Amino acid sequence: MSAAPQKTKPGAEKIAVTVAAVVRVNDLMTRFEFKRRDGQLFPPFSGGAHTVVEMKDGEKTRLNPYSLMSSPGDLSTYAITVRRDDIGRGGSLFMHRNVQQGDDMTITYPVNLFSLDLRAKKHVFLAGGIGITPFLAMIHQMEQSNGNWELHYSVKTKSLGSYVDDLTQMYPNKVKIYIDDQSQAIDLKGLLDGQPLGTHAYVCGPKGMINWVHATASAQGWPTECVHSEEFLAPAPGEPFQVRLCKSDIVITVGEQESLLEAIERCGVEAPFLCRGGSCGQCETDVVSADGEFVHRDHWLDDEEHASGKKIMPCVSRFIGTSLELDR
Amino acid sequence: MTIQFNDETFRDDYSFKNSEWAINRFPFPFHEDSYMYSVNMEQHRGGPKESIFEKRFDVDEHYVSEMRDRAMVLADDPLRCQSLPHMTLAGWDLLELIMVSKSEDYPDLFELHRDKDNWRWVNKPLGIDDSFVFLDETTLPYGPMEYITRQAQGDFCVLDQREENLWMDAGMITTQADWSLDFDIGMNFFEWHAPVPKAHELGIFTRALKFLLNVQQGAPARRLNWTMTVNPLLDTSPENYHKWGIQKTSLTPENLGSKQHLRVELQTFFRLPRSNALVFPIRCYLCSFQDLMTRPKWGRRLHRVIRDLPEELATYKGFIDNRPMMLDYLSQFDDGLPTSPGVFADLDTEPALQK
Repeated sequence: MSAAPQKTKPGAEKIAVTVAAVVRVNDLMTRFEFKRRDGQLFPPFSGGAHTVVEMKDGEKTRLNPYSLMSSPGDLSTYAITVRRDDIGRGGSLFMHRNVQQGDDMTITYPVNLFSLDLRAKKHVFLAGGIGITPFLAMIHQMEQSNGNWELHYSVKTKSLGSYVDDLTQMYPNKVKIYIDDQSQAIDLKGLLDGQPLGTHAYVCGPKGMINWVHATASAQGWPTECVHSEEFLAPAPGEPFQVRLCKSDIVITVGEQESLLEAIERCGVEAPFLCRGGSCGQCETDVVSADGEFVHRDHWLDDEEHASGKKIMPCVSRFIGTSLELDR
Repeated sequence: MTIQFNDETFRDDYSFKNSEWAINRFPFPFHEDSYMYSVNMEQHRGGPKESIFEKRFDVDEHYVSEMRDRAMVLADDPLRCQSLPHMTLAGWDLLELIMVSKSEDYPDLFELHRDKDNWRWVNKPLGIDDSFVFLDETTLPYGPMEYITRQAQGDFCVLDQREENLWMDAGMITTQADWSLDFDIGMNFFEWHAPVPKAHELGIFTRALKFLLNVQQGAPARRLNWTMTVNPLLDTSPENYHKWGIQKTSLTPENLGSKQHLRVELQTFFRLPRSNALVFPIRCYLCSFQDLMTRPKWGRRLHRVIRDLPEELATYKGFIDNRPMMLDYLSQFDDGLPTSPGVFADLDTEPALQK
């Protein structure tokens, strides 16, 4: 049709914000609260949504997704909690070390890849560590609509249990905390076994926990569509490799510490993206030719597509081999 | 501009008519002299001034009469509006989206006053001034989706998103091109598209679904679709096929220009933020062949498109039997001259008919 031809922009719509508060939660976690710079309310969102925070780190622009943890009922503020990762790629360290109250930043409109199934008669939330953040927003949403929910929240130590006190005070009958170093663990089998029909389970936490919940639920006969999970992957480092971008007609080198997507962007080629964590599918790219092996790490393509060698998700996946050509 | 609302009907005496203004902005759907399916999506962020693409929810001269027609359809058949229990939040999302958009885009026609959850909505063309509590269904005369879509032109499919699919779990469908909400309710994207020929083989639906699942908040999308309707009927539903189907046999070479209408749907897609559902408004625009022929480029092109359309598509769109008569009529307006690219009539630059 092309009534008014517009080029699709990479990434979600952006919002200019000011850091209204930086709050230390515990030794590893810090909460950042944002206000809009134009004084307007933020767009409404649903529990489970994330925003991508743009960090200007010297020459480098870092783009990291974080779950919105504030209440969907209060659109004056968006809040995220960031776990410091001392051996990661540096985004969380930048947030912890460099971002201060009063700073101007840019974040994206919310995107939800982990939404509640509103048909559920009951929602069981299973959180591990920093995986608590999307559930904080979901709990607000549930409370607003009189939803039936419970939270099982596993933390390493009592002192690293972010928001444990708030949660247990506000919802003493709905929240159960499990502290690893006190040898407390979720009795998952018993928990899943006792749920009424129509219950949906949601898990967010380390990969092992997510796999454990899916496997246990499946073994107990839970329908797969009743178990939901979200895991954002950070791009993993790897050996540098070269890629030819056919449409752009350039050859680029992907460095050890950067993702393929980041390398494409660094070379001035616009590529679509949303979550940057292997979940949303937006950056899916066709492979023109390849001589080597793909290191697929995304949750988007299925096994068959991974095996075909015809597609790659450049936000988290890499390549080892002699030549790679992409349709970009 | 101030819109002059027509007093007109879409049934019985069919007094529906398009003003010059409405013909000028009619969304002629063919950007070249032939047509085939494609995933012809683009962003829905404005368009040329006064065009139907300009506003998020277009309001035109047919607004008041279309809403009256919708109320009549619903009075006869309440099942045209349905919302499964889990879709109420999406209904509030839709109400918010339409109220905010219309009050911002048409401040002379609509007002929204918000004090936390206490809202007041003023709809001047329909004479409505209601106060209610946002997210409290007991304060509205209908459910939120029904309330707002009784005040918004076009059909509305409200699609739940889960399991990497979209589900037709709510809607207000009274101006449809021969499909039924009551039949499709609860179906997923592939189920409700099952009857469409050819597109499956082309892989259109798989790609379209991927695109739709990724429609993001603040970045709505749109496309055009089209079919043919004899007489300016909004309600061409399967439920009422016994009333309108027979009218397709009433075409004659003499009345074809005024009775045969090109029916164009502006389909838009918005992510609904609180429910993460997707709303799919389908806005119907009708224009008679004789009005279309007043734009020489459209006359030339419509003839070529209809002439060359594959038989399956003409059958699916329901005009295969009338195609020869339509082509007899349309060929009078095709002098073989080339046409300019794009959908707009280009009245100032395209030559007049050379025969």
